[in-house]
Amino acid sequence: MKKPPKHPPARIDSTAELKSFQRVMATAVIRPLDRQGDLQSKWIDGRPMAQVAAEFIKPNDRLTAFERLQLYNQMYWYRLFEAIRDDCPGLRAAIGEPAFDRLSKAYLADCPSQSFTLRNLCSRLVDFIRAHPRLTAPRTALAAEVAQFEWAQTVAFDGEARPVLEAAALAATPPDRLRLGLQPYVTLLELRHPIDTFVISVKRRDAMRSEASNAPDAQVSRRAVRRVRRPRLARTLVAVHRHHNRLFYKRLEPSAFRILHALAAGQPLAQAIAAGGPKVQPEKIRAWFTSWMALGWFCAPGNKPRRPGSS
Amino acid sequence: MPANRFNGNSDYGIGIGLRVPHYAHILAKKPVVDWFEIISENFMVDGGRPLQLLDQILEQYRVVQHGVSMYFGSADKPDRAHLKKLKALVKRTKTPWLSDHLCWGSADGTYTHDLLPMPYTFGAARRTAEKIRQIRDYLEVPICVENVSSYAEFHVSEMTEWEFLTEVVELADCGILLDVNNIYVSSKNHGFDPYDYLDHIPHHRVGQMHVAGHTKFEKYILDTHDHPVLDPVWKMYAHATRQCGVSATLLEWDDKIPSFDEVHHEALKANEFIDGAKKAKR
Repeated sequence: MKKPPKHPPARIDSTAELKSFQRVMATAVIRPLDRQGDLQSKWIDGRPMAQVAAEFIKPNDRLTAFERLQLYNQMYWYRLFEAIRDDCPGLRAAIGEPAFDRLSKAYLADCPSQSFTLRNLCSRLVDFIRAHPRLTAPRTALAAEVAQFEWAQTVAFDGEARPVLEAAALAATPPDRLRLGLQPYVTLLELRHPIDTFVISVKRRDAMRSEASNAPDAQVSRRAVRRVRRPRLARTLVAVHRHHNRLFYKRLEPSAFRILHALAAGQPLAQAIAAGGPKVQPEKIRAWFTSWMALGWFCAPGNKPRRPGSS
Repeated sequence: MPANRFNGNSDYGIGIGLRVPHYAHILAKKPVVDWFEIISENFMVDGGRPLQLLDQILEQYRVVQHGVSMYFGSADKPDRAHLKKLKALVKRTKTPWLSDHLCWGSADGTYTHDLLPMPYTFGAARRTAEKIRQIRDYLEVPICVENVSSYAEFHVSEMTEWEFLTEVVELADCGILLDVNNIYVSSKNHGFDPYDYLDHIPHHRVGQMHVAGHTKFEKYILDTHDHPVLDPVWKMYAHATRQCGVSATLLEWDDKIPSFDEVHHEALKANEFIDGAKKAKR
Protein backbone atom coordinates (compact mmCIF):
# COMPACT_ATOMS: atom_id res chain seq x y z
CA MET A 1 0.00 0.00 0.00
CA LYS A 2 1.24 3.49 -0.80
CA LYS A 3 2.27 5.77 2.05
CA PRO A 4 -0.70 7.70 3.44
CA PRO A 5 -0.76 11.51 3.42
CA LYS A 6 0.34 13.26 6.60
CA HIS A 7 -3.23 14.35 7.30
CA PRO A 8 -6.49 12.78 6.11
CA PRO A 9 -8.35 15.01 3.64
CA ALA A 10 -10.63 17.64 5.18
CA ARG A 11 -13.28 16.91 2.55
CA ILE A 12 -13.97 14.09 0.10
CA ASP A 13 -15.22 15.26 -3.28
CA SER A 14 -12.97 13.30 -5.60
CA THR A 15 -11.78 9.71 -5.97
CA ALA A 16 -8.25 10.91 -5.15
CA GLU A 17 -9.45 12.34 -1.83
CA LEU A 18 -11.37 9.15 -1.07
CA LYS A 19 -8.21 7.18 -1.82
CA SER A 20 -6.14 9.37 0.53
CA PHE A 21 -8.69 8.94 3.29
CA GLN A 22 -8.76 5.17 2.84
CA ARG A 23 -4.96 4.95 2.83
CA VAL A 24 -4.83 6.67 6.23
CA MET A 25 -7.44 4.42 7.78
CA ALA A 26 -6.19 1.19 6.16
CA THR A 27 -2.65 1.95 7.34
CA ALA A 28 -3.98 2.34 10.88
CA VAL A 29 -6.15 -0.78 10.69
CA ILE A 30 -3.38 -3.11 9.51
CA ARG A 31 -0.62 -1.68 11.78
CA PRO A 32 0.72 -4.33 14.16
CA LEU A 33 -0.74 -4.21 17.65
CA ASP A 34 1.53 -3.21 20.54
CA ARG A 35 2.74 -5.71 23.15
CA GLN A 36 -0.48 -5.39 25.12
CA GLY A 37 -2.55 -6.14 22.04
CA ASP A 38 -3.70 -2.53 21.65
CA LEU A 39 -3.44 0.07 18.90
CA GLN A 40 0.08 1.51 18.88
CA SER A 41 0.36 4.79 20.75
CA LYS A 42 2.47 6.45 18.02
CA TRP A 43 1.63 7.00 14.35
CA ILE A 44 4.09 6.11 11.57
CA ASP A 45 5.63 9.61 11.75
CA GLY A 46 5.95 9.58 15.55
CA ARG A 47 2.91 11.75 16.33
CA PRO A 48 0.58 10.52 19.08
CA MET A 49 -1.89 8.07 17.56
CA ALA A 50 -4.68 9.63 19.62
CA GLN A 51 -4.06 12.94 17.82
CA VAL A 52 -4.09 11.30 14.37
CA ALA A 53 -7.23 9.28 15.12
CA ALA A 54 -9.01 12.42 16.35
CA GLU A 55 -8.25 14.12 13.02
CA PHE A 56 -10.67 11.87 11.16
CA ILE A 57 -12.73 9.83 13.65
CA LYS A 58 -15.42 11.30 15.89
CA PRO A 59 -15.48 10.26 19.53
CA ASN A 60 -18.80 9.43 21.20
CA ASP A 61 -19.93 9.60 24.82
CA ARG A 62 -18.33 6.22 25.59
CA LEU A 63 -15.32 5.85 23.31
CA THR A 64 -12.53 8.17 22.17
CA ALA A 65 -11.52 8.34 18.51
CA PHE A 66 -8.46 6.26 19.43
CA GLU A 67 -10.61 3.56 21.03
CA ARG A 68 -12.97 3.40 18.06
CA LEU A 69 -10.07 3.01 15.66
CA GLN A 70 -8.55 0.41 17.98
CA LEU A 71 -11.64 -1.78 17.60
CA TYR A 72 -10.98 -2.10 13.87
CA ASN A 73 -7.25 -2.59 14.40
CA GLN A 74 -7.80 -5.39 16.91
CA MET A 75 -10.52 -7.10 14.84
CA TYR A 76 -8.18 -7.09 11.83
CA TRP A 77 -5.42 -8.85 13.72
CA TYR A 78 -7.69 -11.32 15.51
CA ARG A 79 -9.26 -12.28 12.18
CA LEU A 80 -5.94 -12.80 10.43
CA PHE A 81 -4.35 -14.65 13.36
CA GLU A 82 -7.32 -17.00 13.44
CA ALA A 83 -7.08 -17.60 9.69
CA ILE A 84 -3.35 -18.35 9.70
CA ARG A 85 -3.68 -20.63 12.74
CA ASP A 86 -6.43 -22.59 11.00
CA ASP A 87 -4.31 -22.97 7.87
CA CYS A 88 -1.12 -24.04 9.63
CA PRO A 89 -1.72 -26.65 12.36
CA GLY A 90 1.39 -28.57 11.27
CA LEU A 91 3.62 -25.51 11.35
CA ARG A 92 2.34 -24.64 14.83
CA ALA A 93 3.19 -28.13 16.04
CA ALA A 94 6.60 -28.07 14.35
CA ILE A 95 7.92 -24.82 15.81
CA GLY A 96 5.75 -24.44 18.91
CA GLU A 97 3.08 -21.86 19.69
CA PRO A 98 5.35 -18.97 20.87
CA ALA A 99 7.53 -19.16 17.75
CA PHE A 100 4.43 -19.51 15.56
CA ASP A 101 2.93 -16.38 17.11
CA ARG A 102 6.12 -14.41 16.44
CA LEU A 103 6.34 -15.75 12.89
CA SER A 104 2.71 -15.05 12.01
CA LYS A 105 2.86 -11.52 13.42
CA ALA A 106 6.00 -10.74 11.42
CA TYR A 107 4.68 -12.41 8.26
CA LEU A 108 1.32 -10.65 8.29
CA ALA A 109 2.99 -7.31 8.98
CA ASP A 110 5.41 -7.81 6.09
CA CYS A 111 3.03 -9.56 3.68
CA PRO A 112 -0.49 -8.23 4.24
CA SER A 113 -3.20 -9.91 2.23
CA GLN A 114 -3.20 -9.02 -1.47
CA SER A 115 -6.15 -11.23 -2.29
CA PHE A 116 -9.92 -10.88 -1.94
CA THR A 117 -9.94 -14.25 -0.17
CA LEU A 118 -8.20 -15.38 3.01
CA ARG A 119 -7.62 -18.69 1.23
CA ASN A 120 -4.46 -17.13 -0.22
CA LEU A 121 -3.17 -15.74 3.07
CA CYS A 122 -0.27 -18.23 3.33
CA SER A 123 0.76 -18.13 -0.32
CA ARG A 124 3.99 -16.24 0.50
CA LEU A 125 4.76 -17.91 3.82
CA VAL A 126 7.42 -20.35 2.59
CA ASP A 127 9.47 -17.59 0.97
CA PHE A 128 9.07 -15.45 4.09
CA ILE A 129 10.30 -18.23 6.39
CA ARG A 130 13.37 -18.74 4.22
CA ALA A 131 14.07 -15.01 4.04
CA HIS A 132 13.77 -14.58 7.83
CA PRO A 133 15.43 -17.68 9.30
CA ARG A 134 15.87 -16.17 12.76
CA LEU A 135 12.12 -16.27 13.36
CA THR A 136 12.05 -20.07 13.20
CA ALA A 137 15.63 -20.94 14.25
CA PRO A 138 16.78 -23.60 14.90
CA ARG A 139 13.99 -25.29 12.93
CA THR A 140 13.89 -23.11 9.81
CA ALA A 141 14.33 -25.96 7.33
CA LEU A 142 11.57 -27.96 8.99
CA ALA A 143 9.30 -24.90 9.23
CA ALA A 144 9.73 -24.12 5.54
CA GLU A 145 8.96 -27.72 4.57
CA VAL A 146 5.82 -27.89 6.72
CA ALA A 147 4.61 -24.53 5.36
CA GLN A 148 5.30 -25.77 1.82
CA PHE A 149 3.33 -28.93 2.52
CA GLU A 150 0.38 -27.08 4.07
CA TRP A 151 0.21 -24.67 1.15
CA ALA A 152 0.23 -27.68 -1.21
CA GLN A 153 -2.81 -28.97 0.68
CA THR A 154 -4.64 -25.69 0.02
CA VAL A 155 -3.82 -25.99 -3.67
CA ALA A 156 -4.91 -29.63 -3.75
CA PHE A 157 -8.19 -28.79 -2.02
CA ASP A 158 -9.56 -26.30 -4.51
CA GLY A 159 -6.97 -25.83 -7.26
CA GLU A 160 -7.92 -25.95 -10.91
CA ALA A 161 -8.52 -29.32 -12.60
CA ARG A 162 -7.87 -29.28 -16.34
CA PRO A 163 -9.32 -31.85 -18.77
CA VAL A 164 -7.58 -35.18 -18.25
CA LEU A 165 -5.53 -36.51 -21.15
CA GLU A 166 -6.76 -39.88 -22.37
CA ALA A 167 -4.36 -42.71 -23.24
CA ALA A 168 -5.63 -42.89 -26.82
CA ALA A 169 -4.80 -39.24 -27.41
CA LEU A 170 -1.27 -39.75 -26.12
CA ALA A 171 -0.58 -42.69 -28.41
CA ALA A 172 -0.84 -40.46 -31.47
CA THR A 173 2.31 -38.45 -30.59
CA PRO A 174 5.81 -39.98 -30.57
CA PRO A 175 7.43 -39.97 -27.07
CA ASP A 176 10.25 -37.66 -28.10
CA ARG A 177 7.68 -34.97 -28.93
CA LEU A 178 4.93 -35.74 -26.44
CA ARG A 179 4.68 -33.28 -23.55
CA LEU A 180 2.36 -33.88 -20.60
CA GLY A 181 1.22 -31.28 -18.12
CA LEU A 182 0.64 -32.07 -14.48
CA GLN A 183 -2.74 -31.05 -13.04
CA PRO A 184 -2.44 -27.65 -11.29
CA TYR A 185 -3.75 -29.17 -8.05
CA VAL A 186 -0.85 -31.69 -7.88
CA THR A 187 2.29 -30.49 -6.07
CA LEU A 188 5.51 -32.50 -6.10
CA LEU A 189 7.59 -32.04 -2.98
CA GLU A 190 11.15 -33.10 -2.29
CA LEU A 191 11.51 -32.91 1.47
CA ARG A 192 14.22 -33.61 4.02
CA HIS A 193 11.65 -34.75 6.59
CA PRO A 194 8.61 -37.07 6.39
CA ILE A 195 6.19 -34.15 6.59
CA ASP A 196 3.27 -36.23 5.31
CA THR A 197 3.27 -38.57 8.31
CA PHE A 198 3.94 -35.65 10.65
CA VAL A 199 0.93 -33.71 9.34
CA ILE A 200 -1.24 -36.82 9.60
CA SER A 201 -0.17 -37.22 13.25
CA VAL A 202 -1.01 -33.57 13.97
CA LYS A 203 -4.45 -34.01 12.39
CA ARG A 204 -5.09 -37.14 14.47
CA ARG A 205 -4.00 -35.33 17.64
CA ASP A 206 -6.25 -32.36 16.87
CA ALA A 207 -9.19 -34.69 16.21
CA MET A 208 -8.54 -36.43 19.57
CA ARG A 209 -8.30 -33.06 21.32
CA SER A 210 -11.59 -32.07 19.81
CA GLU A 211 -13.19 -35.28 21.04
CA ALA A 212 -11.54 -34.90 24.45
CA SER A 213 -12.88 -31.38 24.87
CA ASN A 214 -16.39 -32.85 24.55
CA ALA A 215 -15.70 -35.70 26.99
CA PRO A 216 -17.28 -35.61 30.49
CA ASP A 217 -13.88 -35.80 32.21
CA ALA A 218 -12.19 -33.40 29.81
CA GLN A 219 -9.08 -32.71 31.90
CA VAL A 220 -8.09 -36.37 32.09
CA SER A 221 -8.88 -37.02 28.46
CA ARG A 222 -6.88 -34.03 27.26
CA ARG A 223 -3.84 -35.21 29.17
CA ALA A 224 -4.12 -38.53 27.38
CA VAL A 225 -3.65 -36.79 24.04
CA ARG A 226 0.04 -37.08 23.27
CA ARG A 227 2.27 -34.40 21.85
CA VAL A 228 3.31 -35.04 18.28
CA ARG A 229 7.01 -35.70 17.90
CA ARG A 230 8.89 -33.57 15.42
CA PRO A 231 10.00 -35.57 12.40
CA ARG A 232 13.59 -36.73 12.07
CA LEU A 233 15.66 -36.26 8.93
CA ALA A 234 14.56 -38.67 6.19
CA ARG A 235 14.44 -37.79 2.52
CA THR A 236 10.81 -37.89 1.45
CA LEU A 237 9.39 -37.53 -2.04
CA VAL A 238 5.67 -36.96 -2.11
CA ALA A 239 2.87 -35.71 -4.32
CA VAL A 240 0.11 -33.76 -2.57
CA HIS A 241 -3.04 -34.16 -4.66
CA ARG A 242 -6.74 -34.87 -4.55
CA HIS A 243 -8.80 -37.78 -5.82
CA HIS A 244 -12.58 -37.70 -5.98
CA ASN A 245 -12.22 -34.32 -4.23
CA ARG A 246 -10.48 -35.80 -1.21
CA LEU A 247 -6.97 -34.85 -0.16
CA PHE A 248 -4.19 -37.45 -0.54
CA TYR A 249 -0.43 -37.67 -0.13
CA LYS A 250 1.32 -40.14 -2.41
CA ARG A 251 4.87 -41.22 -1.68
CA LEU A 252 7.05 -41.48 -4.79
CA GLU A 253 10.19 -43.47 -5.52
CA PRO A 254 13.15 -41.29 -6.54
CA SER A 255 12.97 -42.35 -10.19
CA ALA A 256 9.22 -41.74 -10.33
CA PHE A 257 9.71 -38.33 -8.76
CA ARG A 258 12.39 -37.42 -11.31
CA ILE A 259 10.12 -38.43 -14.20
CA LEU A 260 7.19 -36.38 -12.91
CA HIS A 261 9.50 -33.50 -12.11
CA ALA A 262 10.85 -33.53 -15.67
CA LEU A 263 7.34 -33.69 -17.16
CA ALA A 264 6.17 -30.80 -14.95
CA ALA A 265 9.21 -28.83 -16.09
CA GLY A 266 8.06 -29.24 -19.71
CA GLN A 267 10.37 -31.98 -20.95
CA PRO A 268 9.08 -34.41 -23.62
CA LEU A 269 8.03 -37.87 -22.41
CA ALA A 270 11.12 -39.71 -23.73
CA GLN A 271 13.47 -37.25 -22.06
CA ALA A 272 11.47 -37.35 -18.81
CA ILE A 273 11.63 -41.14 -18.70
CA ALA A 274 15.37 -40.96 -19.31
CA ALA A 275 15.60 -38.59 -16.34
CA GLY A 276 14.25 -41.44 -14.21
CA GLY A 277 17.62 -43.17 -14.58
CA PRO A 278 19.01 -46.13 -16.56
CA LYS A 279 18.25 -48.79 -13.95
CA VAL A 280 14.48 -48.41 -13.83
CA GLN A 281 12.68 -51.39 -15.28
CA PRO A 282 10.19 -50.63 -18.08
CA GLU A 283 7.48 -52.62 -16.24
CA LYS A 284 7.85 -50.32 -13.27
CA ILE A 285 7.57 -47.22 -15.41
CA ARG A 286 4.50 -48.67 -17.09
CA ALA A 287 2.92 -49.37 -13.69
CA TRP A 288 3.64 -45.83 -12.49
CA PHE A 289 2.09 -44.27 -15.58
CA THR A 290 -0.94 -46.56 -15.29
CA SER A 291 -1.43 -45.34 -11.72
CA TRP A 292 -0.88 -41.65 -12.56
CA MET A 293 -3.24 -41.89 -15.52
CA ALA A 294 -5.88 -43.53 -13.31
CA LEU A 295 -5.50 -40.67 -10.85
CA GLY A 296 -6.08 -38.20 -13.68
CA TRP A 297 -2.82 -36.36 -13.08
CA PHE A 298 -1.99 -35.58 -16.70
CA CYS A 299 -3.43 -32.73 -18.69
CA ALA A 300 -2.33 -30.65 -21.64
CA PRO A 301 0.80 -28.71 -20.77
CA GLY A 302 0.24 -25.10 -19.72
CA ASN A 303 1.86 -22.13 -21.41
CA LYS A 304 4.74 -22.13 -18.95
CA PRO A 305 6.43 -25.22 -17.52
CA ARG A 306 5.66 -25.41 -13.79
CA ARG A 307 8.28 -25.42 -11.11
CA PRO A 308 7.55 -28.48 -8.99
CA GLY A 309 6.88 -27.64 -5.37
CA SER A 310 5.28 -24.36 -6.34
CA SER A 311 1.90 -23.38 -7.63
CA MET B 1 -41.59 -5.27 -2.08
CA PRO B 2 -41.98 -9.02 -2.43
CA ALA B 3 -40.79 -9.14 -6.02
CA ASN B 4 -39.12 -6.24 -7.73
CA ARG B 5 -36.48 -5.52 -10.33
CA PHE B 6 -33.82 -5.37 -7.62
CA ASN B 7 -34.24 -9.03 -6.69
CA GLY B 8 -34.81 -10.24 -10.22
CA ASN B 9 -38.60 -10.17 -9.75
CA SER B 10 -38.25 -13.25 -7.60
CA ASP B 11 -40.49 -14.07 -4.67
CA TYR B 12 -38.27 -15.89 -2.23
CA GLY B 13 -39.30 -16.59 1.35
CA ILE B 14 -37.12 -17.23 4.37
CA GLY B 15 -33.63 -18.55 3.81
CA ILE B 16 -30.57 -19.34 5.84
CA GLY B 17 -26.86 -19.08 5.17
CA LEU B 18 -25.18 -22.20 3.80
CA ARG B 19 -22.45 -23.02 6.33
CA VAL B 20 -19.90 -25.84 6.59
CA PRO B 21 -21.19 -27.46 9.84
CA HIS B 22 -24.56 -28.06 8.13
CA TYR B 23 -23.34 -29.55 4.82
CA ALA B 24 -23.66 -33.19 5.86
CA HIS B 25 -27.13 -32.67 7.35
CA ILE B 26 -28.42 -30.83 4.28
CA LEU B 27 -27.09 -33.38 1.80
CA ALA B 28 -28.31 -36.36 3.83
CA LYS B 29 -31.68 -35.11 5.07
CA LYS B 30 -32.58 -32.67 2.31
CA PRO B 31 -34.60 -30.41 4.63
CA VAL B 32 -37.22 -28.11 3.14
CA VAL B 33 -35.71 -24.63 2.95
CA ASP B 34 -36.93 -21.79 0.74
CA TRP B 35 -33.41 -20.84 -0.30
CA PHE B 36 -29.79 -20.71 0.78
CA GLU B 37 -27.54 -17.70 0.76
CA ILE B 38 -23.94 -18.54 -0.09
CA ILE B 39 -20.88 -16.42 0.55
CA SER B 40 -19.66 -15.95 -3.02
CA GLU B 41 -15.98 -15.89 -2.08
CA ASN B 42 -16.18 -19.40 -0.58
CA PHE B 43 -17.01 -20.75 -4.02
CA MET B 44 -14.87 -18.47 -6.20
CA VAL B 45 -12.30 -21.25 -6.50
CA ASP B 46 -10.91 -23.11 -9.48
CA GLY B 47 -12.10 -26.59 -8.58
CA GLY B 48 -12.32 -29.31 -5.95
CA ARG B 49 -14.76 -30.02 -3.16
CA PRO B 50 -16.34 -26.54 -2.78
CA LEU B 51 -17.69 -26.54 -6.33
CA GLN B 52 -18.77 -30.18 -6.12
CA LEU B 53 -20.73 -29.38 -2.98
CA LEU B 54 -22.25 -26.28 -4.53
CA ASP B 55 -23.45 -28.29 -7.51
CA GLN B 56 -25.08 -30.81 -5.17
CA ILE B 57 -26.88 -27.98 -3.37
CA LEU B 58 -27.94 -26.39 -6.65
CA GLU B 59 -29.59 -29.65 -7.72
CA GLN B 60 -32.00 -29.33 -4.78
CA TYR B 61 -32.20 -25.70 -3.71
CA ARG B 62 -32.42 -22.09 -4.82
CA VAL B 63 -29.26 -20.18 -4.04
CA VAL B 64 -28.58 -16.45 -3.74
CA GLN B 65 -25.06 -15.06 -3.76
CA HIS B 66 -23.85 -12.70 -1.05
CA GLY B 67 -20.36 -11.24 -1.25
CA VAL B 68 -18.00 -9.86 1.35
CA SER B 69 -15.12 -8.44 -0.68
CA MET B 70 -16.40 -6.45 -3.65
CA TYR B 71 -15.91 -3.26 -1.66
CA PHE B 72 -18.15 -0.99 -3.72
CA GLY B 73 -16.91 1.96 -1.68
CA SER B 74 -13.21 1.34 -2.19
CA ALA B 75 -11.45 4.02 -4.24
CA ASP B 76 -9.58 1.23 -6.07
CA LYS B 77 -10.88 0.21 -9.48
CA PRO B 78 -12.80 -3.07 -9.63
CA ASP B 79 -10.44 -6.04 -9.84
CA ARG B 80 -10.98 -7.69 -13.23
CA ALA B 81 -9.79 -11.13 -12.10
CA HIS B 82 -12.16 -10.99 -9.14
CA LEU B 83 -15.08 -9.96 -11.36
CA LYS B 84 -14.33 -12.71 -13.86
CA LYS B 85 -14.49 -15.36 -11.14
CA LEU B 86 -17.63 -13.82 -9.72
CA LYS B 87 -19.32 -13.83 -13.10
CA ALA B 88 -18.47 -17.49 -13.61
CA LEU B 89 -20.11 -18.22 -10.26
CA VAL B 90 -23.18 -16.13 -11.15
CA LYS B 91 -23.61 -18.26 -14.26
CA ARG B 92 -23.23 -21.43 -12.23
CA THR B 93 -25.72 -20.52 -9.49
CA LYS B 94 -28.15 -18.51 -11.67
CA THR B 95 -28.60 -16.24 -8.66
CA PRO B 96 -31.58 -13.94 -9.34
CA TRP B 97 -29.77 -11.09 -7.60
CA LEU B 98 -26.44 -10.57 -5.97
CA SER B 99 -25.62 -8.63 -2.84
CA ASP B 100 -22.53 -7.14 -1.24
CA HIS B 101 -21.85 -4.39 1.26
CA LEU B 102 -21.91 -0.63 1.15
CA CYS B 103 -18.42 -0.32 2.53
CA TRP B 104 -14.77 -0.40 1.64
CA GLY B 105 -11.99 -2.70 2.84
CA SER B 106 -9.00 -2.51 0.56
CA ALA B 107 -6.53 0.19 -0.43
CA ASP B 108 -4.02 -0.09 -3.28
CA GLY B 109 -4.72 -3.83 -3.48
CA THR B 110 -4.09 -4.53 0.22
CA TYR B 111 -7.11 -6.22 1.80
CA THR B 112 -8.26 -5.76 5.39
CA HIS B 113 -10.95 -8.47 5.04
CA ASP B 114 -13.22 -6.17 7.01
CA LEU B 115 -16.34 -4.18 6.12
CA LEU B 116 -15.11 -0.67 6.86
CA PRO B 117 -17.60 2.20 7.08
CA MET B 118 -17.77 4.85 4.39
CA PRO B 119 -17.22 8.54 4.86
CA TYR B 120 -20.74 9.81 4.09
CA THR B 121 -19.95 12.46 1.49
CA PHE B 122 -21.56 13.27 -1.84
CA GLY B 123 -18.24 12.64 -3.60
CA ALA B 124 -17.91 9.20 -2.05
CA ALA B 125 -21.53 8.42 -2.95
CA ARG B 126 -20.94 9.35 -6.60
CA ARG B 127 -17.81 7.21 -6.83
CA THR B 128 -19.50 4.25 -5.10
CA ALA B 129 -22.59 4.43 -7.31
CA GLU B 130 -20.43 4.57 -10.42
CA LYS B 131 -18.61 1.45 -9.30
CA ILE B 132 -21.84 -0.41 -8.56
CA ARG B 133 -23.10 0.43 -12.06
CA GLN B 134 -19.86 -0.80 -13.65
CA ILE B 135 -19.97 -4.05 -11.73
CA ARG B 136 -23.65 -4.65 -12.42
CA ASP B 137 -23.15 -4.00 -16.13
CA TYR B 138 -20.34 -6.53 -16.21
CA LEU B 139 -22.09 -9.20 -14.13
CA GLU B 140 -25.47 -8.70 -15.80
CA VAL B 141 -27.41 -9.41 -12.61
CA PRO B 142 -29.37 -7.06 -10.29
CA ILE B 143 -27.38 -5.84 -7.28
CA CYS B 144 -28.56 -5.09 -3.76
CA VAL B 145 -26.19 -3.24 -1.44
CA GLU B 146 -26.21 -4.01 2.25
CA ASN B 147 -25.83 -1.46 5.04
CA VAL B 148 -23.01 -2.50 7.40
CA SER B 149 -22.72 -2.25 11.16
CA SER B 150 -20.07 0.24 12.23
CA TYR B 151 -18.03 1.30 15.21
CA ALA B 152 -16.65 4.62 13.97
CA GLU B 153 -17.99 7.83 12.41
CA PHE B 154 -15.96 10.38 10.50
CA HIS B 155 -15.65 14.17 10.79
CA VAL B 156 -15.65 14.44 7.03
CA SER B 157 -19.19 13.00 6.67
CA GLU B 158 -21.78 15.36 5.21
CA MET B 159 -24.95 13.35 5.88
CA THR B 160 -26.43 10.51 7.93
CA GLU B 161 -25.84 6.89 7.02
CA TRP B 162 -29.40 6.42 5.72
CA GLU B 163 -29.06 9.55 3.58
CA PHE B 164 -25.82 8.18 2.17
CA LEU B 165 -27.41 4.80 1.46
CA THR B 166 -30.29 6.55 -0.29
CA GLU B 167 -27.94 8.75 -2.33
CA VAL B 168 -25.91 5.75 -3.47
CA VAL B 169 -28.81 3.48 -4.44
CA GLU B 170 -30.62 6.29 -6.25
CA LEU B 171 -27.50 7.23 -8.23
CA ALA B 172 -26.70 3.59 -8.98
CA ASP B 173 -30.34 2.66 -9.48
CA CYS B 174 -29.78 -0.51 -7.50
CA GLY B 175 -31.51 -2.35 -4.68
CA ILE B 176 -31.00 -2.49 -0.93
CA LEU B 177 -30.28 -5.51 1.20
CA LEU B 178 -31.62 -4.11 4.42
CA ASP B 179 -29.77 -5.57 7.39
CA VAL B 180 -32.00 -4.74 10.31
CA ASN B 181 -29.53 -6.00 12.91
CA ASN B 182 -26.77 -3.81 11.46
CA ILE B 183 -29.00 -0.75 11.80
CA TYR B 184 -29.69 -1.66 15.43
CA VAL B 185 -25.97 -2.20 16.19
CA SER B 186 -24.93 1.08 14.55
CA SER B 187 -27.76 2.99 16.23
CA LYS B 188 -26.50 1.91 19.64
CA ASN B 189 -22.87 2.62 18.74
CA HIS B 190 -23.62 6.06 17.29
CA GLY B 191 -26.68 7.13 19.23
CA PHE B 192 -29.35 7.55 16.56
CA ASP B 193 -32.94 6.32 16.41
CA PRO B 194 -33.02 3.14 14.26
CA TYR B 195 -36.61 3.89 13.26
CA ASP B 196 -35.48 7.17 11.69
CA TYR B 197 -33.24 5.04 9.52
CA LEU B 198 -36.04 2.62 8.59
CA ASP B 199 -38.47 5.43 7.84
CA HIS B 200 -36.16 7.43 5.57
CA ILE B 201 -34.83 4.97 3.04
CA PRO B 202 -36.45 4.28 -0.36
CA HIS B 203 -38.61 1.32 0.63
CA HIS B 204 -39.39 0.33 -2.93
CA ARG B 205 -35.71 -0.51 -3.46
CA VAL B 206 -35.48 -3.15 -0.72
CA GLY B 207 -34.91 -6.49 -2.41
CA GLN B 208 -33.88 -8.53 0.61
CA MET B 209 -33.53 -8.32 4.39
CA HIS B 210 -31.05 -9.74 6.87
CA VAL B 211 -31.60 -10.49 10.53
CA ALA B 212 -28.92 -11.71 12.95
CA GLY B 213 -27.78 -11.76 16.55
CA HIS B 214 -25.24 -9.41 18.12
CA THR B 215 -23.21 -9.13 21.33
CA LYS B 216 -23.37 -6.29 23.84
CA PHE B 217 -20.20 -5.05 25.50
CA GLU B 218 -19.90 -2.35 28.11
CA LYS B 219 -19.25 0.51 25.70
CA TYR B 220 -20.35 -0.80 22.33
CA ILE B 221 -22.21 -3.55 20.49
CA LEU B 222 -20.52 -5.95 18.07
CA ASP B 223 -22.21 -7.56 15.09
CA THR B 224 -21.13 -11.11 15.95
CA HIS B 225 -23.78 -13.31 14.25
CA ASP B 226 -23.37 -15.84 17.06
CA HIS B 227 -26.71 -15.53 18.86
CA PRO B 228 -30.41 -15.81 18.15
CA VAL B 229 -32.01 -12.56 16.95
CA LEU B 230 -32.82 -10.24 19.85
CA ASP B 231 -36.31 -8.85 20.43
CA PRO B 232 -35.56 -5.23 19.50
CA VAL B 233 -34.24 -6.45 16.14
CA TRP B 234 -37.36 -8.54 15.49
CA LYS B 235 -39.47 -5.46 16.30
CA MET B 236 -37.49 -3.45 13.78
CA TYR B 237 -37.90 -6.27 11.26
CA ALA B 238 -41.67 -6.15 11.75
CA HIS B 239 -41.61 -2.38 11.21
CA ALA B 240 -39.42 -2.71 8.12
CA THR B 241 -41.72 -5.39 6.70
CA ARG B 242 -44.72 -3.10 7.18
CA GLN B 243 -42.83 -0.31 5.37
CA CYS B 244 -41.21 -2.28 2.55
CA GLY B 245 -43.54 -5.24 2.09
CA VAL B 246 -42.59 -8.86 2.66
CA SER B 247 -39.06 -9.34 1.30
CA ALA B 248 -36.82 -12.33 0.92
CA THR B 249 -35.40 -12.70 4.42
CA LEU B 250 -32.26 -14.37 5.61
CA LEU B 251 -30.98 -15.23 9.07
CA GLU B 252 -27.20 -14.89 9.43
CA TRP B 253 -25.55 -17.20 11.97
CA ASP B 254 -21.80 -17.42 11.38
CA ASP B 255 -20.15 -18.23 14.68
CA LYS B 256 -20.92 -20.75 17.46
CA ILE B 257 -23.24 -22.27 14.89
CA PRO B 258 -25.86 -24.58 16.43
CA SER B 259 -27.62 -27.46 14.67
CA PHE B 260 -29.26 -26.92 11.31
CA ASP B 261 -32.71 -27.35 12.86
CA GLU B 262 -32.04 -24.70 15.49
CA VAL B 263 -30.83 -22.17 12.92
CA HIS B 264 -33.77 -22.91 10.62
CA HIS B 265 -36.24 -22.67 13.49
CA GLU B 266 -34.81 -19.27 14.44
CA ALA B 267 -35.09 -18.08 10.83
CA LEU B 268 -38.69 -19.19 10.55
CA LYS B 269 -39.61 -16.93 13.48
CA ALA B 270 -39.67 -14.22 10.82
CA ASN B 271 -43.01 -15.69 9.71
CA GLU B 272 -44.70 -14.38 12.88
CA PHE B 273 -43.68 -10.84 12.00
CA ILE B 274 -44.53 -11.27 8.34
CA ASP B 275 -48.04 -12.44 9.32
CA GLY B 276 -48.36 -9.50 11.69
CA ALA B 277 -47.35 -7.07 8.97
CA LYS B 278 -49.83 -8.64 6.53
CA LYS B 279 -52.68 -8.37 9.07
CA ALA B 280 -51.81 -4.76 9.84
CA LYS B 281 -52.03 -3.95 6.14
CA ARG B 282 -55.52 -5.46 5.72
